Amino acid sequence: MNTRPLLIRGGRVVDPTQGLDGVLDLLLVNGAVFSLVENAGPAVDAREIDATGLVVTPGLIDPHVHLREPGQEHKETIATGAQAAAAGGFTAVCSMPNTDPPIDDPAAVGFVVAEGTKAGAARVYPMGALSEGMKGEALSEIGELVEAGAVGVTDDGLPVMDSGLMRLALEYTQAFGIPVVDHPEDITLSRDGTMNEGLVSSRLGLKGKPNASEDIHIIRDILLAEFTGGRLHLQHVSTRYGVQAIREAKARGVDVTAEASPHHLLLTDEAVEGYRTEAKMNPPLRSAEDRDAVQEGLKDGTLDMVATDHAPHHYDEKEAAFADAPNGVVGLETSLGLVYGHLVEGGLIDLPTMVERMSVAPARVFNLPGGTLKVGSPGDVTIFDPDAEWIVDSSTFLSKSRNTPFEGWKLKGRPRYTIVGGEVVWEGS
Amino acid sequence: MSETTSALGKDLVGLEHLTKEQILTVLDTAELFKEVSQRRIKKVPVLRGQTIVNLFFEASTRTRVSFEFAQKRLSADTVNVAAAASSVVKGETLVDTARNLEAMNIDMVVMRHPASGAALFLGERIPSNVINAGDGRHEHPTQGLLDMLTIRDHRGKLEGLKVCVVGDILHSRVARSNFYGLLTMGAEVGACGPKTLLPRGIEELGVKVFPRVEEALEWADVINVLRLQLERMKGGFIPSLREYNKFFGITQERLDAVDRDILILHPGPMNRGVEIDSNVADGPNQVILQQVTNGVAVRMAVLYLLAGGTPEKAETVNEVADA
Repeated sequence: MNTRPLLIRGGRVVDPTQGLDGVLDLLLVNGAVFSLVENAGPAVDAREIDATGLVVTPGLIDPHVHLREPGQEHKETIATGAQAAAAGGFTAVCSMPNTDPPIDDPAAVGFVVAEGTKAGAARVYPMGALSEGMKGEALSEIGELVEAGAVGVTDDGLPVMDSGLMRLALEYTQAFGIPVVDHPEDITLSRDGTMNEGLVSSRLGLKGKPNASEDIHIIRDILLAEFTGGRLHLQHVSTRYGVQAIREAKARGVDVTAEASPHHLLLTDEAVEGYRTEAKMNPPLRSAEDRDAVQEGLKDGTLDMVATDHAPHHYDEKEAAFADAPNGVVGLETSLGLVYGHLVEGGLIDLPTMVERMSVAPARVFNLPGGTLKVGSPGDVTIFDPDAEWIVDSSTFLSKSRNTPFEGWKLKGRPRYTIVGGEVVWEGS
Repeated sequence: MSETTSALGKDLVGLEHLTKEQILTVLDTAELFKEVSQRRIKKVPVLRGQTIVNLFFEASTRTRVSFEFAQKRLSADTVNVAAAASSVVKGETLVDTARNLEAMNIDMVVMRHPASGAALFLGERIPSNVINAGDGRHEHPTQGLLDMLTIRDHRGKLEGLKVCVVGDILHSRVARSNFYGLLTMGAEVGACGPKTLLPRGIEELGVKVFPRVEEALEWADVINVLRLQLERMKGGFIPSLREYNKFFGITQERLDAVDRDILILHPGPMNRGVEIDSNVADGPNQVILQQVTNGVAVRMAVLYLLAGGTPEKAETVNEVADA
């Protein structure tokens, strides 16, 4: 890449991979980090960004988004999703394969990669389907998917119910260096459920999904990972026993990593009150005890990373009776403000930990370039204003969809520049 | 449509958020309307010129007919829409159905829908008054009200009475409306059924849970026996109807074992020999048909109040009709 150098002056650079947290000048040349020094001299022909008062971090990465293309382009496309990501301060996302048709062959992976490049916004790293047609019966051609660019395999949206297939996936993937990514849910316990099972579901007369449906599946997956020596990545953990089981597995040395979503970190099933379909997702919002456990898990690293599970739906699909509305919420454009504004400012985690959970860890787990500002690394950088307070207004989203449970929330921390490969792909005011 | 605020607000979605005063207003107003149904000419003109749509997305005979009689006896113009005959089967959404009704300038909608929350959903989107005639397993407020009216008729009060709902609580909107209404009115409320049919956390609402029907009968002054919804039993919640009757059925033997009269309600339609034995269903302590009669009066009261009527004016309804 041969772009104009970019000098980011005077920002608070936070990079846990180098133990850095201080005011430094960051120079990007030819799409990569060239230097990171105090008081850099003038750079020849460089564009300069005055980052005084702003925070400069390795580009944020969201390891779990649904971009809906191919098949459901009325909800989102790879291009609009990549732009929404950039507007949210993300320089890369991992897209889920549950499109129509699913991303279960190398050509489909290639399509997502190509569309992602064309979008010219955040980088898009596809995940491939774990099973052929996402039917949960037989392994997809995982080696070929990886060759084509898949960074993980998953049947997300659907759990891998067949324990035998899960075992095979955890064994087979070991040759290809990617994790098996699972949506933990025993559907024999949660089938037809529409929200968390508890007092709120009983009061509203909605069929519930019990914590046990998730706990059992998490524990099963951990046992299989331990048995096979495979790499397991668990998506959107929402239960207290789930967090506990992962914590214990890590202590035993099981190769398991896990995600927490902003909504499970900040909301409870009371948000469903009034049959609010914008608070409907899977796994569902759970009790305050569970939310607190998810926060604790993020804090101590049991949950390695924040993942939005960005799941766009067209407004008229959510405009339905609760049981009839689809699962999912958008998250790309609110994640940073929620995590910084409510969890960093709220005192749960410090800023370097936030960068670890939102950039370093996803890069490490999915072998992505980035997640660091070491010299020679890709010039993927997020610059945000830690003092900017703002109100969530979904009508301003670049995503095609508006289904956020955080409408009207007051956030703090707003992306100012999103830089991918040394180029500013999004600039906010 | 009523622009003014009625004693009940715009819609009647459920009993959970009604106050004691509001429930009393409905019951007392229903008391006044009971007489209308006893007349040879069963009609008063209080809703003359009002148009009401009865929108039933689930099969119903009793509730739909009861609402229709209530409307006709108040002189409203009514249209019945059954889901099977409607555009719903052609894929129209609830929002579009609502908008189309609204475009015809109606005053009220009485809706039954298989989805919990459907009545609230509709009420938030159209200016007409919405009356919930049953939404999924959420609420069936007019049933709860007529149950309370019937209990009050026989026991003279609700406060301090011990009322136990028996049967499939999990899938029952009648159970939830009974819980909310009776708790608000100061009754003690119980729930009894197989654990597979009891929703989690109802103790937190203040409901006393009885795992065995004998204990429930020992405790209760009144029992409300729910219909075992055979169509919902596909999930294997109970091993068999025979076993249900054996361990949870309301039988004469079980009632005889208790040393006092228990008032017996059933929202209908009954499965004789399953949740209730015939000799109990036809016995001296049941008030099942009176519930049906009271249903019309309660629905007249709800329609009247939502249309902006006041309890005081209702007392003069008879004179108006005679004039």
